[in-house]
Amino acid sequence: MDSMMTLALFPLLLTGATVLVVMLGLACKRSYAVTAGITIAGLVAAFASVCAVTPAAPQKITPLLLIDRYALFYQGLILASAAVVALLCYRYFEKHEDQREEVYLLLVLATLGCMVLVASVHFVSFLLGLEVLSVSLYGMVAYWKERGHALEAGIKYLVLASASAAFLLFGMALIYGATGDMSFSGIRDLSVSGSSAALVLPGIALAATGIGFKLGVAPFHLWTPDVYQGAPAPMTAFVATTSKVAVVALLLRFLPASSQYPPVHLVFSIIAVASMCAGNFLALRQSNVKRILAYSSIAHFGYVLVAFLAGSTMGSGAVSFYLVAYTATTLAAFGVVTLLSNSDGDADDVEDYRGLFWRRPMLASGFTAALLSLAGIPATIGFLGKFYILAAGADASAWLLMIVLVVTSVAGLFYYLRVVVTMYSPAPEAPPQEPRVSWEGILVIGVLTILLVWLGFYPDPLLRLIRAAVAISA
Amino acid sequence: MILFLLIAILLLGGIAAAISARWNTRLPRWISLAAITLDLLLTARVSVNTAPNASNGWISEVDWNWVPSFGIHFHLAVDGLSLLMLALTFFLGIIGVLCSWSEIREKVGFFHFNLMWVLAGIASVFLAVDLFLFYFAWELMLIPMYFLIVIWGHERRVYAGTKFFLFTQCSGLLMLVAILALYFAHHQATGVYTFEYSELLGTHLGGAELPIMLGFFAAFAVKLPVVFVHTWLPDAHTEAPTAGSVILAGLMLKTGGYGLLRFVFPLFPRAGHQFTPVALTLAVIGIIYGAVMAFSQTDLKRLVAYTSVSHLGFVLLGIFSWNPLALQGAIMTMICHGLSTGALFVVVGGLQERIHTRDLDRMGGIWTVAPRLSASALFFSLASLGLPGLGDFVGEFLVLLGSYKVSIPLTAFATLGILASTFYALRMIQRAFLGPNAHSWRLPDLTPREGLMMSAMIAGLLWLGLYPQPVLKTFTPAMDHLQREAQMPGAIARR
Repeated sequence: MDSMMTLALFPLLLTGATVLVVMLGLACKRSYAVTAGITIAGLVAAFASVCAVTPAAPQKITPLLLIDRYALFYQGLILASAAVVALLCYRYFEKHEDQREEVYLLLVLATLGCMVLVASVHFVSFLLGLEVLSVSLYGMVAYWKERGHALEAGIKYLVLASASAAFLLFGMALIYGATGDMSFSGIRDLSVSGSSAALVLPGIALAATGIGFKLGVAPFHLWTPDVYQGAPAPMTAFVATTSKVAVVALLLRFLPASSQYPPVHLVFSIIAVASMCAGNFLALRQSNVKRILAYSSIAHFGYVLVAFLAGSTMGSGAVSFYLVAYTATTLAAFGVVTLLSNSDGDADDVEDYRGLFWRRPMLASGFTAALLSLAGIPATIGFLGKFYILAAGADASAWLLMIVLVVTSVAGLFYYLRVVVTMYSPAPEAPPQEPRVSWEGILVIGVLTILLVWLGFYPDPLLRLIRAAVAISA
Repeated sequence: MILFLLIAILLLGGIAAAISARWNTRLPRWISLAAITLDLLLTARVSVNTAPNASNGWISEVDWNWVPSFGIHFHLAVDGLSLLMLALTFFLGIIGVLCSWSEIREKVGFFHFNLMWVLAGIASVFLAVDLFLFYFAWELMLIPMYFLIVIWGHERRVYAGTKFFLFTQCSGLLMLVAILALYFAHHQATGVYTFEYSELLGTHLGGAELPIMLGFFAAFAVKLPVVFVHTWLPDAHTEAPTAGSVILAGLMLKTGGYGLLRFVFPLFPRAGHQFTPVALTLAVIGIIYGAVMAFSQTDLKRLVAYTSVSHLGFVLLGIFSWNPLALQGAIMTMICHGLSTGALFVVVGGLQERIHTRDLDRMGGIWTVAPRLSASALFFSLASLGLPGLGDFVGEFLVLLGSYKVSIPLTAFATLGILASTFYALRMIQRAFLGPNAHSWRLPDLTPREGLMMSAMIAGLLWLGLYPQPVLKTFTPAMDHLQREAQMPGAIARR
């Protein structure tokens, strides 16, 4: 391993080091503030190193990992979102009575898993990353175990995630049986008409089941609303953004051109349509903000799959841009939920937001921007994301998928607007007990909101970054 | 640059208005008034220099690179048509601020913020000649309008606002898909990625032309509104606050007509002509349906809303007849309808502020207590029913003259619409203002502020009705340009 390789590994090494330091620190002396400080510093340092090591890319490190601009781009996105989650966690878990420090340990560990995922080009690293992520997530979801739904959510996630991992492993075994190769490039070279098709297609289907579960796309979406509702708000943000981003990034590497296998293409098209419909229509009758956001995330990954199915650099560009948009927007939305939550429970009832604009104009404006961005309204990054996806769809002439996207996203508008209207309604007589909003909370929401709107007006730098990243991977 | 300023002034003015409300609730009103007046003056300045660029017909333009990765430009341009629409926008914007002066008492800063931003959105729609920018502005004007309806509206405001939003957004997304299809078709034909209007003109689309045209038509039809997709309109107009109704009826409906003129025929001449019989039939159904529905309303504001469906039917008729007379008529109708219906909404809003009801059954005899208010109501109703000498007459007459050349039976039916408009307008005056004062209303008459608004709009309608020449002359070069672009290749060959 030469120095360039070590350099390219730096973000991973730094994150791994943060895990160790946090763990050893906890073994010596418990201090909530110090643990949080080390975590955030570690994540920020790793993020900085991502920017610094870009010139060293691409580096192939053992057959397992490929650190190219694509991997670095996603590692940057993952680290940034994890840092935001860590910031949001600070006041939130301060109210938790005992053993609140481990939440940071789990958070960094899960981040490490995500970073391995996006750099992996081999089944072994794929599984390694996925399991590091999943095992930490079990703990994170059920962290506030005194609360009603937390254990239910944790166990649900544990059982379903293990089952899906089993599917994934079986799929990998089948593909390995056909190709004799565990690297992703093995399947890429294989033709579907060959004698091995009988093994490869079921293999891909089973692997897709595992991936579909992690993304929470229909029909593997049943865990999503319950886990979103039961998990503590910042952890929900992590599940919704970082973990899903990593899996989509992996999917693009795993199946860069799904049209190569018509049956697989068909199955993914059905999944995309089902997710867009299920997510948007099931959300209509929800009155819990976290559940609404859960169903909306099902729909959003349906949109992402439309771009994924479009293939080509246009499609992968659209996927990547949409993921950035989705991450920033969802973090802002869950950030507001986190800041309004107190130790009794999360502020997840729509009624908690009645009249919020007249009480907390800053937070309500941020939440409005986030909801409009999720709905894909211009002047927000969400609109450009949707535009990019539609452009990729038009480029690939996927008219049916585009029409479904348009129709379902109009249905989606309805529930976003319901939350928005509630925020701008007259305030109730007795406003709910809301905690004081901390300065770092305002900072996070403010920065994310500005980012949402700024990139909504001026996306060019981000577009260039993404084009450079996906051009190399393709 | 001046065109960019027009929008920037409104956007910044809106922010300033929102902030200034912290100190004083009168400040946002004055700031908005000043900003919109400034815009009106700037528009007048642009119009002084009416010598259009010979090659593309623009009087003034700005063109900046915006998102080079997609070939998107920030390209604003005006010709005579957009200039008139801009002048109407700012004029009705001033009316909107003035008629909210005493009606809006709560959340004044945020109200003016939304008012200014909706005007900015509408102005950008009239200015944008990059299709991406056009779509951007098209959607951007929805949000503030939505807030105006759901925060300051009447009883069923949330229902009406949501319905308005869903209708326009759904049709807007269809237009986005159509824009993208056009974008890629143009790329296939020429190898250039661009959203630029003047470059997309004349793109060869083949069989895809009709579906793409329908995508555009869907968006404009909902806004205009064309009958069958008009159902958002009565709700939104009725529930919106007065300024919201004025802007909806006076301006937002016009963006639909403007879109049909600017984009549908020039970009898709063949499909446009194929679609003409359907569109003309829809127009005539709309004219008669709107008039009949207006006649049977008991809610005064809903009545005025339905008259819009009828009047905008004439605009659709004129545009799809696509000959010079009909087009002149359509544009005149758009402008005059903005003034007369906007004014009627101001009258109804003023009345509601005084008697707290819009129910025709609870009115009557208002003339005896508020003669000046009632007289202006009569004047605008007469304008709206097409009394010769007032603006609407000129527009509708020209439309009928033009459509006569295209289809005599349809023109005959459309003329019935004018007849029906006499019934609903006179019924409204008779039920609301004439008769004995059975409810013993004691009302203040027009305040000086209201008197000023009314006189300005009365003067405008008289001017347009008696001496429309300057207006016709302003948009004629633009109209000729559009017609040249929309010339079918076959028609050119025949000449």
